[in-house]
Amino acid sequence: MKVLVTVAEVGTVEDDFEIDGTAIDERYLEYDLNEWDDYAVEEAVQLSEEGTVDEVVAVTIGPERSEETIRMALAKGADRAIRVWDDSVEGLLDVAAKTEILEAVVDEEEPDLLLTGVQTADAMFGATGVSLAAAIDYPWAAVVNDLEYDGESASVHRELEGGVEELTDVETPAVLTIQTGINQPRYASLRGIRQAQQKEITAKTLADLGIEGLESELRLTEMYEPEVESDATVFEGRAEDTAVQLASVLREKGVGAQ
Amino acid sequence: MTAVLAVAEHRRGELRDVSYELIGAGRGLADDLGGELHLAVIGGQIEEFTRSLSREGVDAIHTVDEGEEFNHDVYTQVTEQLAEELDPDVVLLPNSINGLDYAPAVATRLGRPLVTDVIDADFEDGTLVATREMYGSKVETTIEVDSSRVAVTIRGGEWPGANGNGDTTVEEFDATIDESAVRSTVRGYEEVAGGDVDISDAEVLVSVGRGIEEEENIELIEELADALDATLSASRPIVDNGWLPANRQVGQSGKTVAPDVYIAIGISGAVQHVAGMKGAETIVAINNDPNAPIYDIADYGIVDDLFDVVPALIAEFE
Repeated sequence: MKVLVTVAEVGTVEDDFEIDGTAIDERYLEYDLNEWDDYAVEEAVQLSEEGTVDEVVAVTIGPERSEETIRMALAKGADRAIRVWDDSVEGLLDVAAKTEILEAVVDEEEPDLLLTGVQTADAMFGATGVSLAAAIDYPWAAVVNDLEYDGESASVHRELEGGVEELTDVETPAVLTIQTGINQPRYASLRGIRQAQQKEITAKTLADLGIEGLESELRLTEMYEPEVESDATVFEGRAEDTAVQLASVLREKGVGAQ
Repeated sequence: MTAVLAVAEHRRGELRDVSYELIGAGRGLADDLGGELHLAVIGGQIEEFTRSLSREGVDAIHTVDEGEEFNHDVYTQVTEQLAEELDPDVVLLPNSINGLDYAPAVATRLGRPLVTDVIDADFEDGTLVATREMYGSKVETTIEVDSSRVAVTIRGGEWPGANGNGDTTVEEFDATIDESAVRSTVRGYEEVAGGDVDISDAEVLVSVGRGIEEEENIELIEELADALDATLSASRPIVDNGWLPANRQVGQSGKTVAPDVYIAIGISGAVQHVAGMKGAETIVAINNDPNAPIYDIADYGIVDDLFDVVPALIAEFE
């Protein structure tokens, strides 16, 4: 049994940043393993540790820099990794383009189970897993926060709105998009990090996958900071003073009266 | 011509609010294109839902009697077949959990580009221009779509729900469901937000978010809740980390609360959180980022380090 986990390196920004054209200025970006994918990797590694699957393969679409992020997945227990990149891909990664690339990887790897994060923290499309499932004609389930998989079928909980979960059985091979909170992702141990250095990351180009150029029908034309339309009364000064002012308001509202 | 085909959403016998918002958004786009807005109602109490959705601006409703509840394999097949028959410029679906469980499949099968979680959209000179957020809502972006056929999911709460009775044509659509392609079975539902405390009953909530940094710091917020005689709640990351149980989670996937006073500490105010607490009468935010979206809805705020403010506030009430 083989599990393929898609992982993405995502840009994260602090509270203060600047925008350069239609992107966040590179000076303000740090790169990290996508939070949702961290949970997907953990779920795959747990299946491996339970003996349900034999191999966990991580796949990413990203430039050479992203190998640092993929190594995190390897350090946490993935067995090997595949990184796909081509300079022509830069800025083109809409759902359809990602789907086409990942479909080619699935054709080569033929996994029994595919796990993806529900969304990436930067682009926030939330669509690649289900789109990929449709492209490769696998069953799927989106926003999974509980998984039982015996190698033949998967019983999942899908997290719906309002504190309700849907209990669903899915035939496999399948694609499952993994929600945060499904498990507790481990920290990469020093031993794991050392071992990850020895693990294989196969770099592939689009041509290696038999893809002749990708075109996106989506164009990002503007990026800007949304205006904060706050009409809040903001207390200013030292914490001791602002706390007094806030306490006064809270008492007026009857807080702490009992 | 059919400009927009929108698919209503229902769960456990009730239409969800986003169904009416789809009419609002869909009518706007259809007007831009000078075409018709069609709705689809798939499964559930079809007659009742159809009556309710026959609102001003809806030109036609297509009903498909397939199952009581949402099944993404059925929804995908039906939506694909309707889109092939009606050939709408826009297939418009909710960016709900269930919407995200079939919209990408529909777009892929139809070969349409997909724009998700859209908060504003219109056609300018025949080109769809959509607004959406990135980087955890820190920025907004504009996306133009170079295709005359597109699939879009809209974020709930961004468009007004449709009002007014409409003069809507209702037609049964005879979808052909390939049962061998129905490969998921919904076994039922489970409420998860039970447990010892019902935060939706509380009059005063002290709510903690990612800004608390470490599990042991939750104790500080517990002290404040005790001092204020309030109930402790949390945003999603705190529950994901296992620092508080699921019954304490406020937000889209947690509980919806409407206390007299809601004190958000170290909570940025992501849209999923705000969806669960915006009904609070008075909202107080303590967060050191003055641009945090929580300040958009707060009535009172302290822009400062919570580790300075919270002890001072506890001292005030002890």
